[in-house]
Amino acid sequence: MLAKTNLKYESQKLAINYFTVAVVLFGAQLLMGLIAAAQYLFPSFLYGVFDFNISRMVHINAMVVWMLYAMIGSVYYLLPEESGKEVVGLKFGKIAFWVLTLAVTVVVLVYIFVQIGPADMKTIWFINEGREYIEAPRWADIGIVAVVLVFYYNVFATYQKGKKTGILNVLVADLFALAGLYLCGMFFTDNVSIDQYWWWWVIHLWVEATWEVFVGAIAGFALIKIINAKREIVEMWLWIEVLMLFGSGIMGLGHHYFWIGTPEYWWEIGALFSSLEPVPLVAMFVHVLYDWGREKGHSDAKGEKSPLRNSPAMAWLALNAIGNFLGAGIWGFFHTLPQVNIYTHGTQFTAAHGHLAFFGAYATILTGMIYIAIQGLVGIERVKMTTKTKLSIAFISLGVLGMTVALTIAGYEQTLVERADLGGGWDAYFIAQNLPWYVQAQGWRFAMGVVTFIGYILLVWDMLTINKAQKEGV
Amino acid sequence: MDDKKTSVWTSIRFWRRSAAWVTGMAVVLLMILTFDTMKQVRMGTDEELKHGIKRRVPSPTVINYHISYRYDENRGVEVPVIGKKELLFGKEYSPKEAQELLHLGKLTFQAKDCIDCHTILGNGSYYAPDLTKAWLDPKWNDGTMISMTDSKTKEEAMVKFLMNPKDYRTHERMMPNLGITKKEAMALVAFLKHTSAIDTNGFPRNFSQASRRLEGGTNAR
Ligand code: HEC
Ligand code: HEM
Ligand code: HEM
Ligand SMILES: [Fe+2]
Repeated sequence: MLAKTNLKYESQKLAINYFTVAVVLFGAQLLMGLIAAAQYLFPSFLYGVFDFNISRMVHINAMVVWMLYAMIGSVYYLLPEESGKEVVGLKFGKIAFWVLTLAVTVVVLVYIFVQIGPADMKTIWFINEGREYIEAPRWADIGIVAVVLVFYYNVFATYQKGKKTGILNVLVADLFALAGLYLCGMFFTDNVSIDQYWWWWVIHLWVEATWEVFVGAIAGFALIKIINAKREIVEMWLWIEVLMLFGSGIMGLGHHYFWIGTPEYWWEIGALFSSLEPVPLVAMFVHVLYDWGREKGHSDAKGEKSPLRNSPAMAWLALNAIGNFLGAGIWGFFHTLPQVNIYTHGTQFTAAHGHLAFFGAYATILTGMIYIAIQGLVGIERVKMTTKTKLSIAFISLGVLGMTVALTIAGYEQTLVERADLGGGWDAYFIAQNLPWYVQAQGWRFAMGVVTFIGYILLVWDMLTINKAQKEGV
Repeated sequence: MDDKKTSVWTSIRFWRRSAAWVTGMAVVLLMILTFDTMKQVRMGTDEELKHGIKRRVPSPTVINYHISYRYDENRGVEVPVIGKKELLFGKEYSPKEAQELLHLGKLTFQAKDCIDCHTILGNGSYYAPDLTKAWLDPKWNDGTMISMTDSKTKEEAMVKFLMNPKDYRTHERMMPNLGITKKEAMALVAFLKHTSAIDTNGFPRNFSQASRRLEGGTNAR
């Protein structure tokens, strides 16, 4: 790839390693998604060889892992710049990267070639834990915890030594919670209700609390970096965001406790708090646009050049603001009240929300961070979008939005026919699966998945060549 | 900016403290409710079951009883109803045996990664039917699957299906053979029967209403 000589700090070189693996795994995620989507349309495709559960498992695991890689990469990238110090103990961090990458490779190979095992704790330890998103076998869980401890040591020791900016205060506290939550998913129980209770602590308290706060923090960093936003304003907003995100998101966990055997009081609690969850997402949206407008206003008034120092990163950041609000805020709110959720629970509607939310809230901003790292790698003042940047953004966002709309239609049909009319059950399920609206929607989802994948190829191509394009002048 | 601010609304310190307090309070509230919820969802005991004490997650020995799912006027939702003795595989399981069988069933459920095709309690994947009330599904109870698998009881039919779903498919989208042994399949049936007795606050609603309309007989209101 590119030479890393322009990067000022050692940890930023490590960040590039993390980002590289993240981008590769993103591609793997999309390929697996396409296989899974094809299996909906042609059930005999890879039947008995690479069944739906395997393609789906690799699809969502690759997603979680690439996002964690990109998050760690983002921290290694911004940490020395924020603290003003080279990261402490980085040689352990470098070893941890290789250990983690080796572990991930082994886990994926075992998923693909061994897939499942006999009913024995050995399967849970070495093959597959059989719990959605956190299927990774127990040995890998422990390895991940060890690596994360090293990473956290890097972050904490550097934080102690250097400048303690507001962004770093938030990040250091947030990463601690994020890592600690993973432990909630590392036990076996016969009680499926208790199983799911704690499983949601990992899933929900990640994506709707700690990951969101993480996004708030790196969006703050990115705004300062890209458009020179005023730090005081960014950090004040950040604390307000933390207040609202944790204030609503932590108890919003209740929206997953309506039907899993847990008491009825979660209806009210889940409905109340999770309904508030979109509020901070609106605030984050407003914040990005406000700061952008503000800085642009300033420079326009002074007759200067646009304050935009990295337009691809800014485009992805704006997409994040919109996508987070739409996917998590709007699509989440659609089904968060128990009166609605009793019908939509576990339908394609959930999948529609899951896609737009994960893409809008996380894939976007992490891609933006990668562009910021590329700027550091090239070592130039301004990065401008190329045609490829624009096309990749158009294809990926249209593709994901298209998939979401298709799945929303499928989910709507499923909710009405399978759930409301027929009341669920084996026959009801298949009657709804085989109606034309549903089948067509699955077709569109596949088509839009292909569009997304083309966008991904353009994205990678752009990432590899944007540096040359800048030198030649866009 | 931190100290010389005139308005509290633009003071970073004010927002930082508020954020810390609100987060702290949310965490405390969640802890309290978690303790209460854990108490309410712990698995019941055989004693409680014998004395008719309702538990949200009943004792494993619930597999020795008939289970149905009926509308409860007071709560306004359908709830599991535990009826008379109804042996599973022609056998009455002791608390210890029932516990072991349930354990093996849950373990099989995870080891075979059922969750990445099916939902259970509504969570999981959307490629195949929800398994929360699979034990009560009309297809297992109205004779369809029993005669198709040439079995005498529904549990026998379920075991045959789980061991060899490819041979007993009813739709183009088939479940694959997952190398499930007879012991594992029996344990899965116990696990599914136990799960159907969990009080899910009425999910799924109007369960298999369709077959009632079709006179198939169902457990809904
Ligand atoms: C690759 C996807 C896949 C996996 C993995 C899978 N199933 Fe299925 N399952 C299906 C499909 C598809 C059907 C519908 C089959 C039909 O109608 O012919 C089904 C049907 C069923 C049914 C009957 C439906 C009902 O409502 O009662 C049961 C019970 C069942 N599966 C249990 C399990 C269990 C237990 C496991 C794990 C050991 C499992 N399945 C793993 C795809 C899967
Ligand atoms: C090529 C494009 C993609 C295709 C074809 C695709 C396809 C699929 C399929 C078939 C499933 C299984 C759903 C089910 O159980 O019925 C799935 C699940 C999922 N995908 Fe994708 N996907 C794609 C891209 C993405 C992207 C870009 C993201 C997010 C960044 C994503 C996140 C998820 C999530 C979170 C789930 C689990 C949803 C849930 O359980 O509700 N996918 N995807
Ligand atoms: C970035 C933030 C978010 C992400 C990444 C996200 C992602 C997801 C995913 C992947 C699922 C499916 C989980 C599964 O596989 O079972 C889910 C479920 C759900 N989400 Fe979100 N979500 C986010 C924010 C929100 C918000 C803000 C709300 C409400 C306002 C919300 C409401 C829900 C509800 C109610 C469900 C349960 C769906 C069901 O019953 O099947 N989500 N979310
Ligand atoms: Fe949630």
